[in-house]
Amino acid sequence: MNLEFTEEENAFRAEVREFIENNAPEGMTRDMASEGDADPATMREAMLAWHKTLGKKGWSVPAWPKEYGGTGWNPTQRYIWGEENARMNTVMPLPFGVSMVGPVIYTFGNEEQKREHLPGIISGDVWWCQGYSEPGAGSDLASLKTTAVRDGDDYILNGQKTWTTLAQYADWGFFLCRTDPDAEKPQMGISFILVNMNTPGIEVRPIKLIDGGYEVNEVWLTDVRVPATNLIGEENHGWTYAKFLLAHERSGIAGVARSKRGVEQLKEIATSEMLDGKPLIEDMGFASKISQLEIDLSALEITELRTLAGEQAGKGPGPESSLLKVKGTEIQQRLTELTLEAVGHYGAPDARSFPDDGSNDFPIGPDYAHHAAPTYFNMRKTSIYGGSNEIQRNIITKMILGL
Amino acid sequence: MDFEFTDEQNMVRDGISRLIREEYDFDTRREVVASDSGWRPELWAQLAELGMLAAPFSEADGGFGGATEAMIIMEEFGKGLAVEPFIPSVVCAGGFLKHGGNDAQREEYIGGIISGEKVFAFAYAEPRGRYDLANLETSAKADGGDYVINGHKAVVVGAPWATHLVVTARTSGGQTDANGISVFVVAKDADGVSTRDYATVDGRRASEVYFENVKVSGDALIGEADNGLPLIEKVVDEATAAVCAEATGAMKITNETTLDYSRQRKQFGVAIGSFQVLQHRMADMLMEYEQAVSMTYLATIKLDEDAVERKKNVSSAKVKIGQAARFIGQAAIQTHGGMGMTDELAVGSYFKRLSIFESEFGSVDHHMRRHIKLVAG
Repeated sequence: MNLEFTEEENAFRAEVREFIENNAPEGMTRDMASEGDADPATMREAMLAWHKTLGKKGWSVPAWPKEYGGTGWNPTQRYIWGEENARMNTVMPLPFGVSMVGPVIYTFGNEEQKREHLPGIISGDVWWCQGYSEPGAGSDLASLKTTAVRDGDDYILNGQKTWTTLAQYADWGFFLCRTDPDAEKPQMGISFILVNMNTPGIEVRPIKLIDGGYEVNEVWLTDVRVPATNLIGEENHGWTYAKFLLAHERSGIAGVARSKRGVEQLKEIATSEMLDGKPLIEDMGFASKISQLEIDLSALEITELRTLAGEQAGKGPGPESSLLKVKGTEIQQRLTELTLEAVGHYGAPDARSFPDDGSNDFPIGPDYAHHAAPTYFNMRKTSIYGGSNEIQRNIITKMILGL
Repeated sequence: MDFEFTDEQNMVRDGISRLIREEYDFDTRREVVASDSGWRPELWAQLAELGMLAAPFSEADGGFGGATEAMIIMEEFGKGLAVEPFIPSVVCAGGFLKHGGNDAQREEYIGGIISGEKVFAFAYAEPRGRYDLANLETSAKADGGDYVINGHKAVVVGAPWATHLVVTARTSGGQTDANGISVFVVAKDADGVSTRDYATVDGRRASEVYFENVKVSGDALIGEADNGLPLIEKVVDEATAAVCAEATGAMKITNETTLDYSRQRKQFGVAIGSFQVLQHRMADMLMEYEQAVSMTYLATIKLDEDAVERKKNVSSAKVKIGQAARFIGQAAIQTHGGMGMTDELAVGSYFKRLSIFESEFGSVDHHMRRHIKLVAG
């Protein structure tokens, strides 16, 4: 039992920290990509800036095997990498290419597919989106209805996907489609197909969310003709690849490093806000809520490190990743609750509606209050997406408890 | 013991409920909220015509009821998420006038509130005061028989629609002293009053209000100079009870919407309402709602008791209903899944209103602290 990092690991931390401090672009946050009125081209470039820098350095896909462009870092080093990025609040490469379709392609794709797609994912030149959920297929993903019908050398896709994150910027998408409607089990008739988002017949309709942003989309597919060579692996075996990918999606979902940073920001706010003439953070009631959050975060962190150690010893992330997802998202949500509480009256004003007179002489509340409520609203998604927390508990019940 | 309403009170509920149902469906509300003005002045006129704006006033002031009528109206407002300023204008300004106004002030303003011609907002919160009603940087300096007001009021709900403001200000003493506070009526178009207007995240409108050497006559003072705090606390407790009623109405619809959705939405071949984990959550939502109704009644009934009893019970209600609002709002979104996150469904708007309600007229923590002080002292 030992929680200390080794000398090599500390040296590694110093190296990546120096690189991040010297190279990370400033002034960008992930939220900005879903602003409805932002110029898509500018936004896309800004979102990709860090990804492209990392691509050149060779650090954009650290978890990949070295032969495909990975760094060869062990899980502890990748953990340190995540921590250091969170510390600087960098906009990390989106997961859709790097953590999702990339690993599927190098694991199940053919040589031609690897040659065509992996370089764009590594460099950040190609933006990927995920065509999984449908209006009728959410938690019950296997009931999806979008069809892909073979026609000569092509598939013809018809159907509707939804909750497709940032599809408005995407060049390519990976889609789960039904290729055998008569399969014995719904899971058995599904295929995993790569689709160029510029193909005729694809319509992306942004969905306005409760925080006012447009982070997800409906994707309508009408007679979309896709070369059959875009099929990953075998026809009707897509569910296997999808499950592989969902396991990848869950690792890292704990978001420990980001939440740590969030706690620091919350403490700063609670130090600025005053209660009875003293900083809010000196109030026992509020301070104990922050402490509870830090304690929960600490329990999550050590649990994640134990999972990492298991991974390092060759055990892949199993159903324990459900625990990390549930507890990680609960902490992320709690953080936004406490931030909204901390800002008091100034949680109510909608920053999107502020008078646009260019004047900063009369600010409407402190800057840190402007996104407290929208962020609180937005983060409710975390217990819904990536397999809802109810589904995660079902997984724990079934896979760990054996019930 | 009796939890029945009078025939007259039931008529108030029927009238307001029909009006909200017929004139304020969710699509209409969405248009209203997105419009330039952000409210429906014509509905306000209709409410006045139906006598609803007179409901909480006594007969002597031209009304026919009290806090129970305000509770009934706000519960129905909450069901439809109506944004019109019943609490700021009728409950708050009306409350100051009926409890603290002299004959001339009642004569001058209450009629206008009841007819809807005068619309008030209540400017009490300040950027650094948090929920402490006595923590005031805004000052009113006596100048002969007049007062000169300077300061900045934060997040004044309904101010963009207001013709008049009720303003709390310090006339003497230190920044957080209980003594030295006074209450004034100020016309919004008075010289030196300026505003920055904006929408709130839950679909209402508010302003930052700035006072720069705003001169008002001594007639603008409501109640006693320097001894305004007890009056302010009483009126804010009445407003707190009313906003609790609003939240309770909003929770009722949130629960109904969630139950409906769980019956319609199918996954794994069955309605999701057949899953026990969701059933138990909805059972909890129901229990939270029923307790919220109870606490709204309790707070309303206790408004005319002595200050300690009133404060203790209003704070109890705000704690319990604040907690219920958070639980129910979050549980409703979770049960709706991705659809709950969309702007399209009404449930998101109910969730946002309930989220902001949590801190209105004092957060759960604030009222817990007030409760602790009262029961420990």
